[in-house]
Amino acid sequence: MGDPLFSHGVDLGVFIIVLVKVVVAFFFLLVSVMLMIWFERKVISDMQNRIGPNRAGKFGVLQTLADGIKLFFKEDLLPDRADRVVFRLAPLLSAVPAFLIFSIVPFGGVVTIAHHVVELQVADPPIGILFLLALSSIAVYGVMLAGWSSGSKYPLLGSVRASAQMISYEAALGLAIVTVILESHGLSTRTIVDSQARRFWDWNVLRLWFVPFVIFFVAGTAELNRPPFDLAEGESELGGGFHTEYSSMRFLMFYLAEFMNTITMSAVVVTLFFGGPDGPGFKVVRWLWPILWFLGKTVVFLYIQVWIRASLPRLRYDQLMNLGWKWLIPVALGWLLLVAAVQVSRTWGFGVFGGIIVGAVLLALARSTSRRRGELGRAGPRPPEGFERLGVSPAVADRPPAGG
Amino acid sequence: MGIFGETNFFGGFYVAAKQVLRPRATTEYPAEKRPKPPRLHGRHVLNRYEDGMEKCIGCELCAAVCPADCIYVRGADNPAQAPVSPGERYGFVYEINYLRCIHCDLCVEACPTEAITESKLFEFSFTSRADAIYTRKELLVADDGRPQQLPWEDWREGEDRHTSGWMRATSPSGAARYEGEVQWSAELGYGVRAPEAGQRGARDDEATGNISLRETQRKKIPVRFGGRRR
Repeated sequence: MGDPLFSHGVDLGVFIIVLVKVVVAFFFLLVSVMLMIWFERKVISDMQNRIGPNRAGKFGVLQTLADGIKLFFKEDLLPDRADRVVFRLAPLLSAVPAFLIFSIVPFGGVVTIAHHVVELQVADPPIGILFLLALSSIAVYGVMLAGWSSGSKYPLLGSVRASAQMISYEAALGLAIVTVILESHGLSTRTIVDSQARRFWDWNVLRLWFVPFVIFFVAGTAELNRPPFDLAEGESELGGGFHTEYSSMRFLMFYLAEFMNTITMSAVVVTLFFGGPDGPGFKVVRWLWPILWFLGKTVVFLYIQVWIRASLPRLRYDQLMNLGWKWLIPVALGWLLLVAAVQVSRTWGFGVFGGIIVGAVLLALARSTSRRRGELGRAGPRPPEGFERLGVSPAVADRPPAGG
Repeated sequence: MGIFGETNFFGGFYVAAKQVLRPRATTEYPAEKRPKPPRLHGRHVLNRYEDGMEKCIGCELCAAVCPADCIYVRGADNPAQAPVSPGERYGFVYEINYLRCIHCDLCVEACPTEAITESKLFEFSFTSRADAIYTRKELLVADDGRPQQLPWEDWREGEDRHTSGWMRATSPSGAARYEGEVQWSAELGYGVRAPEAGQRGARDDEATGNISLRETQRKKIPVRFGGRRR
């Protein structure tokens, strides 16, 4: 186990290979963020019947660069009431994990360079996918501390929302990952990818019957603070949320981190559920095809992310919590039990039925509980005679202007 | 409350995806201009008769009727040797302050000689208060009958076609027997313009210079509002 690159000790060649991988991944990420922002703006303008950026460069590709340069030269404000150290630290806490998470994503196959077996990914630590969970927890601090240290009300509200949201969805995210780990028999991302290789019906999305993928994707979107889960930013109600007080370079870092995380999350979805760089290759330039497959699949998920953003309105806070705690976590837990039961039954044969029954019963229980709670919560106390019952969806004409 | 259907959960995705194939609503403005509505109120012009005489007689009715107080007129007696207008007097000072003008067109209504009319030119962004005040020299149409283009005005070939308030002048004020009757004098550079057809519908857009937005913008009108089916 572990990175085969280091199996014969570390010499200069290994060092150079690692350095090259790091530099390539770093610049790949920076450029892809630039392209991603442009891509998002273009696609979303397509879906809104607009043209989108088209001034800077061909098709407006350089618009992001122009925006970045503009942000770079803007005044860097530090609010009077801000906690100076934390305020400066928070953007870093957001940006650095965004860079680091990508390092465990396998973006290509395995190649041999000067007798060194090189996996095309920056690092292949034995803890593998747990690294993602660890770093995404650190990213929560970035958002939370940013809001807290701003010394301002709206950012504080945004950071409270963000921390609650990101921590709740992390549970569902983790449970979905555990099903993958069970199926692929390994934490290392390379192991996970290898276990899905060659045949597409071995992809985890099919082997795990879609549900963990859906849970992971939804929870991942929530983890990214992307629409429709962007309550932490909530520009309409919080004036920008946790980054309201940020400007210039520091804002740039949040901006960068947000889109970088989007790319990374799509890449992780591809890695965990869609076989990573797996796909039919050809005899010529063998190393290239897996990379292209990986990029292609990632772009598909990026498109879906943008599509979601164009389609769904922002969730209300209670809807967000309902979805996270009453749906995703119970379903993920139930599915985990099912997957575990199936795994065990491979050795214990007869256990499969028992496992499925236990899983199904738990799933049904969780579902009914959440539904009962939901109905109770929505309906409220029974009204006196002659009054309309609360919680029953009123006619459109009778609805109050604000949701509540 | 299902999750399918256009107004529900997955319907949102369908609605967004559908837009990708539809034509863009955007007009890339500085490069490309939308046709203007025929009765748009732009900046004013001071018209001249076909023989070059100014139509303004300095009666100051426009200044009197102006609700924004943006017009300043001083009339003077025509010089006997070189009369400026056919009447006894002419407007020797005529200024409109475009920082105040609200383009209500009341001056055009008030004018007894069709001297002041509103063009369709609205794209003028001056950078000083002095530039905002258009003088008589600047408002008068040039010798070819077209409005003068000031350095800060953005208008292009053909946009002068729709200058002057000839359509208002053809307005029959509700009297059916005046519909389609030419009721105003000849104009420098344009002569007598063809009458607007009004409600009879027998319009000659070519002759009147009228633009039908329903025709030119046809591609952008949704089917449910009477647009063409694609």
